[in-house]
Amino acid sequence: MNAPLRRVGVVVMVLFGLLFANLNWVQAYKGNDYRTSQYNDRVQIDEYNRQRGYIMVSNPGSKPIALSTATKGNLKYLRSYPNGAAYAHVIGYKPVNGAATGIEQLENDFLSGTSDKLFADRLRDIFTGSYTAGGNVTLTLSKTAQDTAYKELTGNKVGAKSGAVIALDPNTGAILAMTSFPSFDPNPLVAHDTGKAAAAYNKVAGQAGNPLLNRALQETYPPASTFKVLVSAAALENGNNPDTPLQAGPGYQAPGTTHVIKNATSGTCPESQITLKEALTVSCNTAYARLGVELGSQRLNDTVRRWGYYDDDLRIGNLSAPDRGTKVPESVLGPLTTSSGGDDKPAIAISSIGLNEVKVTPLQNAMVAAAIANDCSQMRPYLVERLVGPDLTTNLYAAAPKQLRTTCSNSSIAAQLREMMVSVVENGTGRKAQIDGYVVGGKTGTGTADEETNTGSDGWFIGFAMKDGKPLAAVAVILDDAGKGGSGEAARIAGLVMHGVIKDKGGK
Amino acid sequence: MTTPHTAPPAAAAAVPETPVAAKPSLSFRLDPAARKVRRTELWLLLLGMAMVAGYLAAVEANMLDTVTMDFWYPAGVLTAVFLGLHVVIRLRAPFADPVLIPVVALLNGFGVAFLRRLDLGRADADARPDLAIFAGDGGKQLLWTLIAVTGAAALLWVVRDHREISKFAWTLGFGGIILVLLPAVLPGSVSEVNGAKLWIRFGSFFAIQPGEFAKLMLLAFFAYYLVRKREVLALASRRVLGIDFPRGRDLGPVIVVWAMSLLVLVFEKDLGTSLLYFGMFVVTLYVATERVSWLIIGLILFFGGAVLAYVLAGIVGGPFTNFGQRVDIWLDPFAEPYDRGYQLVQSLLGLGTGGLFGTGPGAGSPLEVPEVRNDFIFAGMGEEIGLFGLTALLALYLLVVSRGLRAALAVRDSFGKLLAGGLAFTLGLQVFVIIGGISKLIPLTGQTTPFLSAGGSSLVANWLLVALLLRISDAARTPASTGGVRR
Repeated sequence: MNAPLRRVGVVVMVLFGLLFANLNWVQAYKGNDYRTSQYNDRVQIDEYNRQRGYIMVSNPGSKPIALSTATKGNLKYLRSYPNGAAYAHVIGYKPVNGAATGIEQLENDFLSGTSDKLFADRLRDIFTGSYTAGGNVTLTLSKTAQDTAYKELTGNKVGAKSGAVIALDPNTGAILAMTSFPSFDPNPLVAHDTGKAAAAYNKVAGQAGNPLLNRALQETYPPASTFKVLVSAAALENGNNPDTPLQAGPGYQAPGTTHVIKNATSGTCPESQITLKEALTVSCNTAYARLGVELGSQRLNDTVRRWGYYDDDLRIGNLSAPDRGTKVPESVLGPLTTSSGGDDKPAIAISSIGLNEVKVTPLQNAMVAAAIANDCSQMRPYLVERLVGPDLTTNLYAAAPKQLRTTCSNSSIAAQLREMMVSVVENGTGRKAQIDGYVVGGKTGTGTADEETNTGSDGWFIGFAMKDGKPLAAVAVILDDAGKGGSGEAARIAGLVMHGVIKDKGGK
Repeated sequence: MTTPHTAPPAAAAAVPETPVAAKPSLSFRLDPAARKVRRTELWLLLLGMAMVAGYLAAVEANMLDTVTMDFWYPAGVLTAVFLGLHVVIRLRAPFADPVLIPVVALLNGFGVAFLRRLDLGRADADARPDLAIFAGDGGKQLLWTLIAVTGAAALLWVVRDHREISKFAWTLGFGGIILVLLPAVLPGSVSEVNGAKLWIRFGSFFAIQPGEFAKLMLLAFFAYYLVRKREVLALASRRVLGIDFPRGRDLGPVIVVWAMSLLVLVFEKDLGTSLLYFGMFVVTLYVATERVSWLIIGLILFFGGAVLAYVLAGIVGGPFTNFGQRVDIWLDPFAEPYDRGYQLVQSLLGLGTGGLFGTGPGAGSPLEVPEVRNDFIFAGMGEEIGLFGLTALLALYLLVVSRGLRAALAVRDSFGKLLAGGLAFTLGLQVFVIIGGISKLIPLTGQTTPFLSAGGSSLVANWLLVALLLRISDAARTPASTGGVRR
């Protein structure tokens, strides 16, 4: 019986060989897949073993706007956002299950400590067996401006249910304030009880007005009369100046249509002639509709592209990673030619007052204002100012501002536009944006989604604040469905937000 | 038959029964050869226990951030228990294989230590340093080890010659069948745990798996039956395609066992036990008859039956549903990762997380794996000791099996050969079935991992198995000059 016994031994060897080979497959070959599998809770347990870094605003010494505190549970640190809804669209949130959003997603590697920049800390951890906290992210946000923007937007006096504010530093492109309304409290979404977190998410996602949407970057609106700034830029590029007389009047009928474009009120530019500067100051629809038709589709198209329209590569986040971050949809002028290729004059006329199919993001509109303040040098917008080590002192990255494009052929055009826009705030429709002791320029806009029924009107303001010829802030404010007085309220909010920026900068 | 320790045949023939050895004295003055063997065993045992103590220290270092003064207590208790067995061996089986006890003790010790590690993981961080030595699953397993080793020692003490067992073969055979079928006929509330009807529960805290003991009893019966029938099973045959096939009427017993294993499969909802019984029987049949045809018939019958059961699961459902589900989970565990596939998915994730070297004892999250104290203990350990550690554990199992087969090769009587060979193969097959199951090599079935899993039945039964192997290896290795076979 020994021969079969030996063969049984061989059979056992084969069976164990199969086990061994299979364990190699599972543990070595597939090991990495399983280790990082979405079904593997250890990924989270490990991630939460290390204290996630702070997210801070640019104001020195202010409290973090995102932090992780120790818990007694399985997941060792709980993320919390002390400022709640006010910063939600900038920071995003980091849920236990599922994808993070905003800065939490963009800088996840750095915050969680797995970034190559923190290699020295990881190396030390291997020897000490400890878990050094992740790195800290300092944003470009100005605390006063951001808080003001959220407070004024949610408490707007015209009863708008949604809107957005975005403020830029014209010199650098740094985003100083970014608020979208309605907003949401990110804290319940990051609860360690994933069931509760999912319920909280579903509740927010199901709310009216889509609170999860960042309107400042990701929604497009008809720019309405704020678009007259770019039509003015096109006119200045083509040999006109602020004092060039334009034909105005109570109505304008574009060639080839019976539709008559009127002014906002009968008291607006009823005279037959008006200068370009005056036309912007009072927001004269008839003059700009005619001007747009005279300039033609080609010049308008060239101009808006120069100022940043039709850019679908723009992402907002960290300047060192321009291919990541929140994607901004392109702003568009819409089709201005007929099927035969000639100018569609009725379409150009309406588009020239920022309606028809012109669509812009609040960011794009703020970038227009910023470039005007910065002598036609449009800076690439960004949110991440610095990456700081876990010790809160070691600076591992500092943003180096980058020019995105030059918006005009000659910087004198910027000066002329500034002159016209300052007139708007000092003498025209944008008076509520004035700030004592500072030069403020801007342009209001009242969009009307449906001209006939006059419903769904948006209140716009874009503008800038300067001191001693140096730009301090640029801003775009939109109040969705604001109705009457919307643009005035937008101008008031814009003034307060820019004042917040000035305050945080110490008046300079 | 090769027997390395036998004296020259002439001497054996001249002294067929040595009266001198008929009454061995209960003294520590051993034969010099036996003394050397036992000394090897002692040192290997102490080395193994030192490794268990080291493992316990590593667990504490990782889980408490410090090593307490009493980290070695479980290893100390185990050492005392195994030293007791070592003494019994010295008295009752002085020539027994010196590797078996240390290897099995090491496996058992790792089991206790890992279960204690799971207890630590369940406790609050503050309460961990105060976890009592006999607390939790680890403590319970420590007590069961004491009982199991006592049982093994008792068996070695009482059964002085393995051939005595064959006297009770029919009793054991019937007892085995009753134990196998008992859970199937009992109501599910008493016998069903996690979808498999393998248990007899006494109240809520005590349950035995009769199948673990039935395995040993049936094997003893098979060995006895086949030794008597091997001639007729081996010789009367028909030749088909160059392979000798047995006569139809001689197929009777194998058909009975096959039917029984399929009954187990269907009514106890357990592929593993079924495969175990059937494999055990076919292999002993093959060893007894030396006919490959039995292996072929066995494989065809088993896989045919399994495929049939899977097909029936799809068509008629009913008692086949469970088996069908298990196959589906095996084919794609990630299809329902949080539902039916949850156990296997978590097991694979645990193993994968361990990778080559593991996270280190106490540094992983084995409690993420469901049933990690029972069926999935190998996956739980795999996370912390990695592929290298698991390979070492596999090598330990292989060592036990090969030592068992060696005893079978060396022992002189046919019953001993069949019994030792069958026991060793069964142990190996059980390891294959459960570890193959939790690592998605074969469909998962509810089996315990010998010597590691929490659970008294399994531990006691497997220690009895080791005691039988020790008894047979002692018979095989006892030089003829000291009596050959002692009575």
